[in-house]
Amino acid sequence: MAKNKEFVKFDNVDKSYDGKILVVKGLQLDIEEGEFVTMLGPSGSGKTTCLMMLAGFETPTHGEIYLDGNAISNIPPHKRGIGMVFQNYALFPHMTVYENLAFPLRVRKIPKDEADKKIDKALSMVSLHGFEARMPMQLSGGQQQRVAVARSLVFDPQVVLMDEPLGALDKNLRESMQYEIKHIHESIGVTVVYVTHDQTEALTMSSRIAVFNDGKVQQLSSPDELYEKPVNSFVAEFIGENNTFTGTVSDISGETCKVKLNSGNEILANPISVKAKGDKTTVSLRPERALINPKDKMDNNHKGKIKEVIYHGDHTRVRIDLLGNDQFILKIPNSTSNLDIKLGNDINVGWNIKDSRALDPK
Amino acid sequence: MSTEQILSSDGIPLEISLKKAERRNKIKAILLVAPLFLFLLITYVFPIGDMLFRSVDDRMITKMLPNTFTAIDKWDGKDLPEEPVYAALYKDLSYLKKNKTYGKIIARLNYEKGGFSSLIKKTVRKINKFEEGNYKEQFIEVHKRWGQIEYMGALKNASPNWSYAKYLKGVDLKFDQERNIIQQPEDRRIHKILWLRTLKVAFWVTIFCFILAYPISYLLATLPMKYSNLLMICVLLPFWTSLLVRTSSWMVLLQQQGPINDLIVMLGLAANDARPELMYNVIGTFVAMTQILLPFMVLPLYSVMKTISPSLMRAGKSLGGTPFVAFRKIYFPLTVPGIGAGSLLVFILAIGYYITPALVGGASGSLISNTIAYHMKSSLDWSFAAALGTMLLVGVLTIFWIYNKLVGVDNIKLG
Repeated sequence: MAKNKEFVKFDNVDKSYDGKILVVKGLQLDIEEGEFVTMLGPSGSGKTTCLMMLAGFETPTHGEIYLDGNAISNIPPHKRGIGMVFQNYALFPHMTVYENLAFPLRVRKIPKDEADKKIDKALSMVSLHGFEARMPMQLSGGQQQRVAVARSLVFDPQVVLMDEPLGALDKNLRESMQYEIKHIHESIGVTVVYVTHDQTEALTMSSRIAVFNDGKVQQLSSPDELYEKPVNSFVAEFIGENNTFTGTVSDISGETCKVKLNSGNEILANPISVKAKGDKTTVSLRPERALINPKDKMDNNHKGKIKEVIYHGDHTRVRIDLLGNDQFILKIPNSTSNLDIKLGNDINVGWNIKDSRALDPK
Repeated sequence: MSTEQILSSDGIPLEISLKKAERRNKIKAILLVAPLFLFLLITYVFPIGDMLFRSVDDRMITKMLPNTFTAIDKWDGKDLPEEPVYAALYKDLSYLKKNKTYGKIIARLNYEKGGFSSLIKKTVRKINKFEEGNYKEQFIEVHKRWGQIEYMGALKNASPNWSYAKYLKGVDLKFDQERNIIQQPEDRRIHKILWLRTLKVAFWVTIFCFILAYPISYLLATLPMKYSNLLMICVLLPFWTSLLVRTSSWMVLLQQQGPINDLIVMLGLAANDARPELMYNVIGTFVAMTQILLPFMVLPLYSVMKTISPSLMRAGKSLGGTPFVAFRKIYFPLTVPGIGAGSLLVFILAIGYYITPALVGGASGSLISNTIAYHMKSSLDWSFAAALGTMLLVGVLTIFWIYNKLVGVDNIKLG
């Protein structure tokens, strides 16, 4: 069966709360059936509003949302058949785990023996077998989280929405829950729309990520593409660590351009959003793509002065002053060969054209 | 397990040094609590104790007729008592006559049996002319009631130091001559009606308050801050107004020529010469008490609703419940502790309410507390007032106990 490429479709959706400011501007977003799409962005970027519009708790000011080809703006939330996991779990505190899971089945008038089977299946999916009689208050944060996930899946919804579900958990638990949710998604193939402001969470879990800023989707692509090939400087800054140089394009030809930096030096870069000579640009370079004392010949080679060395266990972060940017970060894997990394030393740094991306100016 | 004592570094047992270290804090805590404790003791525990005591205390008459009661104790109550009883009675009465303090026993004995008033008065008037010996005959000669077994029986019944007769009176019961508990005559059964009316009014006021308060509290808890603050002030405004002023303003509104009646006439619901009576009956009591007690229902409900996360209702809806189902299965059950607290508060306050029914209740709208006040201020039967007060207190405690059994007091949330 061919999968519906536009299973969830935001068609030119605007949203304003006060009639003055648009929190979502002309949103255009297609989500494929069975996909795990994450809406990632800083707080106030409109991602939660989009989720709430999809769930039916907010109505779009303009535009339409389609679910499996049907416009849903006028369908109340309880008829949409969308499962949702809330930020604070929203488990019903006066009901046991069993009753919490039975709620969506009961309102759908599913017979008890069938409901019991579904509840059983959902609970074993989140490995909470035997917790049926507990009250939510008696569970740990991680367990409550699992119950919330099980509850959102127990009635076999077409789409499951998750609104920063792991925000309240500690780091270790959060990481293991990330994998768990990912595995559940893989095993049952439900479409998941996930909202988070945590980029590592987004990168580990998603099939595609929509980066939100200022009410707009800045980039929608797979995690690796998002990280390796950001299309603008916001995405480059927001996802992962990033070194930047600002300057003006002094020469451009095909896959290469020359950028004259404010410090006067010239570097070679990959023109992404610059078109012509004289364009202002921000050149973005991932820390791990810049090598220290490169053995092979590289497209860019410059000398920098070490300003700070921070030991991180598996790697060392080195801050250097390079071409007028004293916030240039290098990540150096900890091996015995890097012995001359000392404060104040001069080192050679090299990188290739394709890794330094000339993006829009900030 | 080892039972060895753990010692602190200077060799003193750990428990003792811990106590020493905490003594200062303990003293500080006691000193901080002491003023309130004393205040409560003086203004609350003592008066209530005194009231309980007064309601069963019947020693006044025992002190005034000591010899008579000692003598009458041996009497079996079948035939007229023997000479020693009358001799003792002579001794007591002539002593009382000398001190001119016999007035008090007249009221007390008359309560036991009507007719004692004239009996005692006449006897005391003539007691100086009594000759020594054969008192029984002389007494009967002064007034024939001294020769009637019912009057002597009533005298004997008044002798115990402690009596729960006032409690019986409170529920329209009394002792007969043989000290059997019987009902009051039909025309004197007024207290049962009052108790039932008090319970009925308290019950319906609680229901009305709940119906009115639930939506207001919901609005208060869900509206944006700037509107909910304004609404909160509207709810609390009556709190800051004197109770008397509020009740009087209800009198202005509800009177026969008042604005509400004008409106009823204007709308054609009643003829001008047949204006409905909205005051000095149960209607006035209901209306005024509901308004006055409303905040006591709103505040606990509000504080409970405030803690219910809006995402719970959303979760209920996203899981497929209609708004009504989500409300009934999720929101409402979570507000039950607030409903319990508010209802209990309103019910207990209503059951002992005094000023409002006194002012707008009239005869058919007055409650048990008005009767207590009547016996305190007008009839001066303090022991009966105390007995009614004690019954009210016990009633409230019983309701509280039942509530605790059914709902659990720890489920109550006041904030």
